[in-house]
Amino acid sequence: MMNSAPAIEARGLRVVRGGRAVLHDLSFEVARGSVVGLLGPSGCGKSTLLRALVGVQVVAGGTVTVLGAPAGSPGLRRRVGYATQAPAVYTDLSVGENLRYFAAVLGAPRAAADRVIEEVGLADHRDRAVGTLSGGQLNRVNLAVALVGRPELLVLDEPTVGLDPVLREELWKLFRELAGNGTTLLVSSHVMDEAGRTDRLLLMREGRFLADDAPDALLERTGARDLEEAFLRLITDTADTADTADTADTADTADTPGSTA
Amino acid sequence: MSTAFTPRITLATTRRILAQLRHDPRTIALLVLVPSLLMVLLRYVFDSPGLFDRVGPQLIAVFPLVIMFIVTSVATLRERTGGTLERLMATPTGKLDFLLGYALAFGALAVVQVGAVLAVSLTWLGLDLAGSVGSLFLVAVLDALLGMALGLLASAFARTEFQAVQFMPAFVLPQLLLCGLFVPRDQMASWLHAASVVMPMSYAVEAMQQLTRYSDVTGTLVRDVLVIAGCTLLALGLGAATLRRRTA
Repeated sequence: MMNSAPAIEARGLRVVRGGRAVLHDLSFEVARGSVVGLLGPSGCGKSTLLRALVGVQVVAGGTVTVLGAPAGSPGLRRRVGYATQAPAVYTDLSVGENLRYFAAVLGAPRAAADRVIEEVGLADHRDRAVGTLSGGQLNRVNLAVALVGRPELLVLDEPTVGLDPVLREELWKLFRELAGNGTTLLVSSHVMDEAGRTDRLLLMREGRFLADDAPDALLERTGARDLEEAFLRLITDTADTADTADTADTADTADTPGSTA
Repeated sequence: MSTAFTPRITLATTRRILAQLRHDPRTIALLVLVPSLLMVLLRYVFDSPGLFDRVGPQLIAVFPLVIMFIVTSVATLRERTGGTLERLMATPTGKLDFLLGYALAFGALAVVQVGAVLAVSLTWLGLDLAGSVGSLFLVAVLDALLGMALGLLASAFARTEFQAVQFMPAFVLPQLLLCGLFVPRDQMASWLHAASVVMPMSYAVEAMQQLTRYSDVTGTLVRDVLVIAGCTLLALGLGAATLRRRTA
């Protein structure tokens, strides 16, 4: 395959929901084998963007190319792994039953189910009904489903919410390992301290990118001590330029709760 | 492409749904026992074997249809609201894999359910039938599949489980009133008769009436079976149209 081509290439991506623009002409690329973080406050359009990449979001304009094919095209469904923010698994089935089902759907071997249960640290809970697990464990089942088909691109919506620091550390280690084997990862989060673990950061606010850069470069550019501060400075900077350019524009892009955003 | 199906995925879906049912033995018990229990009540409420022979088979058509309607509409609504349907739509699962997966799993359940009702009715309750038991069984399973297909379709119009359950009286009770169970259809006012013509349950009940009266396979019976099968396929097709890969 043409490994030099980006894993994701979006041009002028626009999403409109309920009559108002949720994503404003977004353009970006994600290189193969990289770990890219999508950061921004809750409601800024992160989930909508991820949904557009996996092809379950109605898109108003622009093009999204994923692994060389239009986002959501049938051939990609086996090559892209997707984990929603709210766990989408069968709570009445056991951990093992859930993963064996999704492995069968993706045409992965049965052993793949056991492998990912180990990878997310749920080997001791294999036979437990998913509904009886804790929130963090449930999140990991959700993540395991995205991993089971050994996808080339992983799109993960807030995969580390509700996990203790040790587990979070382990999962980021796993993400790094996967990237080392050539998997591309796009991981959304609203926790800034995770941002430093990525190769590149997309900082998002109100459906637009504030920055698209490596964490170190961001710190250098803004002169901030940490990424939290860098994010704040970027917001003030853009607000200043928007003030002079067009005061009306910032007023109409107030945060929306958006059901899946 | 969107209507394609893969036997491996369809069967995996059926196995998964059956596994979910296995984890819920109370639902299985209710599904299998309630229709039989209702038949027992019916037999002793009438307390007249002749009347039971006439009405009993018609209800064997109605019970599986109604129960499958409820179970399927709630089960698929859960997939829609729980995010698992969206997740499956991002995998190679075809719409037909999803629908046939449900059809096979609930179809198997319908076989057990109808088998239990028939066993109780034909032995303990002494139901007397002109037609063959095999045809009665087939028509009853077909009715259950029709209920399942209608439930799948109805779930697209419900946002909550409360709404899905309310669709049962809304979809099913008018059909029950007009299907010929209470008043023969040809004695109804013409506008009611016209309404009953487009209601699939009318044909389910009429097929059962044919089986209680005649030992041969009548032309009316064949037509009824074709209508029931046609309605099932139509509802499945419309149900497939409501499964969207992309949503707003």
